[in-house]
Amino acid sequence: MSDEGCTSRSIEVTVNGRAHRAETPVRLTLADFLRLSLKLTGTHLGCEHGVCGACTVLVDGRAMRSCLMLAVQADGRAVTTIEGLAAPDGTLHPLQAAFCRHHGLQCGFCTPGLLTTLVEFLHDCPDPTEAQVREAISGNICRCTGYDSIVAAAIDAARALRDAETAS
Amino acid sequence: MKPPAFAYHDPATIEDAVGLLGRLDNARLLAGGQSLMPMLNMRYAFPDHLIDLNRIEALAGITEDDGRLRIGAMTRQRDIADHPLVQARLPLMIEALGHVGHRQTRNRGTIGGSLCHLDPAAELVAVAANLDAAIEIAGPAGTRMLAMAEFPAGFMTPAIEPDEMVTAVHLPLPARGHGYRFLEMARRHGDFAIVSVAVILALDPNGRIDHCAVTLGGAAAIPLRMPEAEAILADGDPGPALFKRAAATARAIEALEDAQVPAWYRRQIAETLMERALLAAHARAVEGSAA
Repeated sequence: MSDEGCTSRSIEVTVNGRAHRAETPVRLTLADFLRLSLKLTGTHLGCEHGVCGACTVLVDGRAMRSCLMLAVQADGRAVTTIEGLAAPDGTLHPLQAAFCRHHGLQCGFCTPGLLTTLVEFLHDCPDPTEAQVREAISGNICRCTGYDSIVAAAIDAARALRDAETAS
Repeated sequence: MKPPAFAYHDPATIEDAVGLLGRLDNARLLAGGQSLMPMLNMRYAFPDHLIDLNRIEALAGITEDDGRLRIGAMTRQRDIADHPLVQARLPLMIEALGHVGHRQTRNRGTIGGSLCHLDPAAELVAVAANLDAAIEIAGPAGTRMLAMAEFPAGFMTPAIEPDEMVTAVHLPLPARGHGYRFLEMARRHGDFAIVSVAVILALDPNGRIDHCAVTLGGAAAIPLRMPEAEAILADGDPGPALFKRAAATARAIEALEDAQVPAWYRRQIAETLMERALLAAHARAVEGSAA
């Protein structure tokens, strides 16, 4: 193995179902790769040191902070961003629809991170209590809503997702 | 770009990683990145070389061997929390993991990263100290084991050489039916603890304390085992009076003082949490021995 290491590398990442190949500087974070290289600016950057949760995306189905991951580490992985939640025809994901109904957002800056976090959480915990929802979103900071409307939206979306599961 | 320029290495084996560590100047190991990545983004850390351990499959996984659990250094905190062996035999770890950061950071953060970062308030550091963990360390001369008691050389500084790396943590399993409790005080869920306490407590058939371990996290520069408290507990009749007396040993610790939290406050919280944790652990031990 070479001792020089590399400062740039060709990576292949599947983002929202589409494969992207790009030559990438190794010090580029996954968040900046999504926003700057792929122009997927729905992933928001708040603090860029892992505190605010705005940049949360799903990597192989697990919620992670994209500011705390290098783009090269996503090589060969599947990433889902906020742009990948709604159906191709524009039909909102049940969580997005519930956020609309319950006013789960105001300025919308934290919303992409909250939605991706909750997609994973509701997959793991389809029938959560309010306390469980609050714990699940403890790593996402929202300065508009006071969280109550987000929690209400999550509980409502959980019900919708369960109903859809039973219907199918 | 936020992180400073570095050369990137992603070896596939422990041997390659150790070789790189020995040959490269100013190299840092990247585990889950939930502490090092913020330090890079904020440019607190300027490594010339970053050695990413995420491709080394041999570093992840949980196995049981001869009454001990071996957890690979790159095992994600989330995977530890989901593991049936840990759930069945080390519920203290599960309770502590609930306080570690948030689900997004547990999905990525590793036990080895947490131990090597050695933040005194880190829950996994307190748990490892409380369970008398042994740290498995690989270096140019091979593998050695280091007792957790010897692992912290000082504030956030593990006693490992620059050309060594932690490969696993070995945790002796407490007796079946033991009592346990992990408590912490933090301003918000997921914040580092102002003070945390970990307790393991096992009873003998007569209901006396057969084995106990008490550790304070966040209170001092390194995790503090409380041998005076453990001696009091081993010698007395388990109950509220004894637990109060054991918890009073927290008044004597040399506590951290910072801009937000004075030392006297940490000592008070430590005493209160220790008493509560002992009561809860004892109740669980009584329940466990009856089962």
